[in-house]
Amino acid sequence: MTIRIAAETPWYELFSRGARDWLRHNEKVRDAVKETLPELLAGADLMTGSASRTVAVPVKFLEHSRLRLADPQVQAGAGQGRGEPGDVLQPGREEGEAAGQAGGTGQGEIRFVVELKIDEIVDWLWEELKLPELKPRRSATLEEPDYVREGWDKRGARSRLDRRRTMKEAVKRHAIQEVAVAEPITLVNEDLRFRQLVRKPSPATSAAVIFALDVSGSMDEAQRRLAKQFFFFALQGIRRQYAKVETVFLAHAAQAWEFEEAQFFQASSSGGTVSSSVARLALDVIGTRYDPGRYNVYFFYASDGENAAEDRDEARATLSEIARAANYSGYVETGGIATFRPRDTQLSEIFAELKAGGMAVGTSRLSSQDDVWTAIREFFVQQSSRDD
Amino acid sequence: MTTELQEYATRIELLAQRLGLDYYPVDFEMAPASLMTEIAVYGLPVRMPHWSFGVRYIHQLVRQSMGHSKIFEVMFPGDPCRAFLMDGNSLAENTLVTAHVLGHADFAKNNQLFARFHAMAGGNIVETAAAHAHRIQLAIEAHGVEKVESVLDAALALESHVAVDAELHRARYPEFAAQKKAKAAPTDFQKRFQQLPGNAEPVMPDLGPVRAAIPPHPEYDLLWFLANYAPELEQWERDIFLMVRAESLYFYPVFACQIMNEGWASYWHARLLREADFLPHHLYLSAIKAHSDVVRPFASGEQTALSLNPYYLGFILWERIVERYGIERAREVCRDEDDFGFVRNWLDEELAAEANLFVYELRPGDEIRVASKDIAAVREAILAPKFNFGAPRVAATEMKHDGSLDMAHDHRSDGRGLDLSRAKRVLDYARRVWRRPVRLHTVNERGEAVELAA
Repeated sequence: MTIRIAAETPWYELFSRGARDWLRHNEKVRDAVKETLPELLAGADLMTGSASRTVAVPVKFLEHSRLRLADPQVQAGAGQGRGEPGDVLQPGREEGEAAGQAGGTGQGEIRFVVELKIDEIVDWLWEELKLPELKPRRSATLEEPDYVREGWDKRGARSRLDRRRTMKEAVKRHAIQEVAVAEPITLVNEDLRFRQLVRKPSPATSAAVIFALDVSGSMDEAQRRLAKQFFFFALQGIRRQYAKVETVFLAHAAQAWEFEEAQFFQASSSGGTVSSSVARLALDVIGTRYDPGRYNVYFFYASDGENAAEDRDEARATLSEIARAANYSGYVETGGIATFRPRDTQLSEIFAELKAGGMAVGTSRLSSQDDVWTAIREFFVQQSSRDD
Repeated sequence: MTTELQEYATRIELLAQRLGLDYYPVDFEMAPASLMTEIAVYGLPVRMPHWSFGVRYIHQLVRQSMGHSKIFEVMFPGDPCRAFLMDGNSLAENTLVTAHVLGHADFAKNNQLFARFHAMAGGNIVETAAAHAHRIQLAIEAHGVEKVESVLDAALALESHVAVDAELHRARYPEFAAQKKAKAAPTDFQKRFQQLPGNAEPVMPDLGPVRAAIPPHPEYDLLWFLANYAPELEQWERDIFLMVRAESLYFYPVFACQIMNEGWASYWHARLLREADFLPHHLYLSAIKAHSDVVRPFASGEQTALSLNPYYLGFILWERIVERYGIERAREVCRDEDDFGFVRNWLDEELAAEANLFVYELRPGDEIRVASKDIAAVREAILAPKFNFGAPRVAATEMKHDGSLDMAHDHRSDGRGLDLSRAKRVLDYARRVWRRPVRLHTVNERGEAVELAA
């Protein structure tokens, strides 16, 4: 009898069939996860996001189902060991006690988390929704000078020495000097080449996105969540285009404040609604931090549309000033279909006027999850058609 | 180490032949742990790709890393048998495994279930399965992974739904129904009745042969039925179904004789080691230690186990049979029985009491209680997971004129209905290959009839 040990790499070492099928499983999980993306993404604080810009989504293993009998009330099995009929081998749980433990304590349990790159998700969405790419404003004022590499020189800072280029020069010189081939190539000062920099104007690629949210008493939790989702995707769309995007979060009721992202969606106030307060704050932010000459400014405003009657003129004036300064202003009106609306709200009238006046303004309604996509599509299609 | 193992293996084999073991040649191969893991997952060294194996693979890796699962050997019956020894195991363990494999090889040649499959399919399942995997790979290249996957989803989900006593290459139903049999001779009463005055019985005109219903009787061989009668199945899809069915028929004897087979191999490795006087003493001790680990009933430190170790159960049954009735009688049992007959005929009250076997119940709230030590109850509790290849009894009952398919679950013999959400998903898989509506009749938890449709 012989026991064989393969002399060369045996076939089974060439690749792992188990790993192959595991990767295929993961691919399927990824596809399944994609379908429930909007809800998943709304959960976390993703807008300013961490450096890695990924979301980890806990998922279950896919189950390949088989036909099997329903679980019986009482499961029976064969066992072995000490015990007489009636002996309790494992006491039952008290009603309600530790029921939750069962999930986490099982030794064989494997937690499975799918990590998705936000950029990938957004790319995928943009493809799916067939959204156009944004274009930065074409304007001479947006050109800002920057250093770019251009050409070589024989003199320069040591840190800009181009080694490859230098070696090339040495080889060339060596070749025409007709010395013995065996002699090693030596470098002389003549061979050194340094990269040169020149100052050239280049288009600005930074954007500032100002989010304004109405947090007055009439905006409920669901409306704010919709606004958050909309803001998230609007921001991702802008991030696709610009190298550097800065965000500002403003919330208002009768008064306006600036927030960090983490607190932004928690903020709530019981006061009345004065839209001009946030518009004025936004103008202030634009004026002090984001000069429209250097930044592509985007302004998104979510509100239920009800504004104090006496604020109408003030709001119109400030909002139109923003619309002039910004690349684009978007207004989304939240509120369920059930909300009784006898007429257009004050804010939607104002934005409609601005739009009619030829400003870069878009409006949309958000009453359910699906509207988020409609709104996103609306803004991006409008914005890009304006560019053309 | 291998030269030593080689030497011991050769001498053990000579000893085995002297003791009357009768088997096809065994081809031993050293394999790394990674291959052993894959065999544990796929059941065969090279098998078709499917994502569900990936999930099992990860679970297996986790179990192994936690030390819950150690693989000693795998053996594929055939001519020659193919055995894989794990290269990380000690010399003593591998010596034991060699002897153990010879026991399996003897069992596989002589047991009627194994012999039947061998006669139908030939003795090279490892190569056959690898060829299947290759053909499926070609199908993936030709038709894309999604299409092939949806066929495999259905075929593998119905893997256990084969008629285990049917032929590997089973013919289609006769196309026409059999002619009605001539009537039995009339009795005296019927004769007199027919002679009474009145209208003569109308004579049915002969319309020629009648097309038989499909299926003519409830068909439990679902893989075969789908492969042969799905209205728009393409040839390559049909092939996949038949390949899965062939592998399933291979797995059946292994499944249905697990207790006997492992017990037989354990009996023989113990006996071969005991009689192998050429083994150095320390090696013998380590090997016997490994043996007692393999056949021990409980995890170390435990006093009860909620599952029976088939190695242990089979081992004590065979020891008893050989002791009481002699090796010749044991060989007959080995030839004729499967686990059902083996446990029902040979596990008696005395042995069950010695081994402390019991039936337990898991009640809602996770209370576990010893329910009974009655021998009949113990036997049925051992065998219950093995009925019908471990699957519910589901049959195709009628193919309608629109090509839709009715299936029925025999909930009376299974005692309760199906897990409805899983059944629905399986029906969805089946719908994709049947390409017409499929329906499945079963009962819900209250025993009311339900119809699932996809």
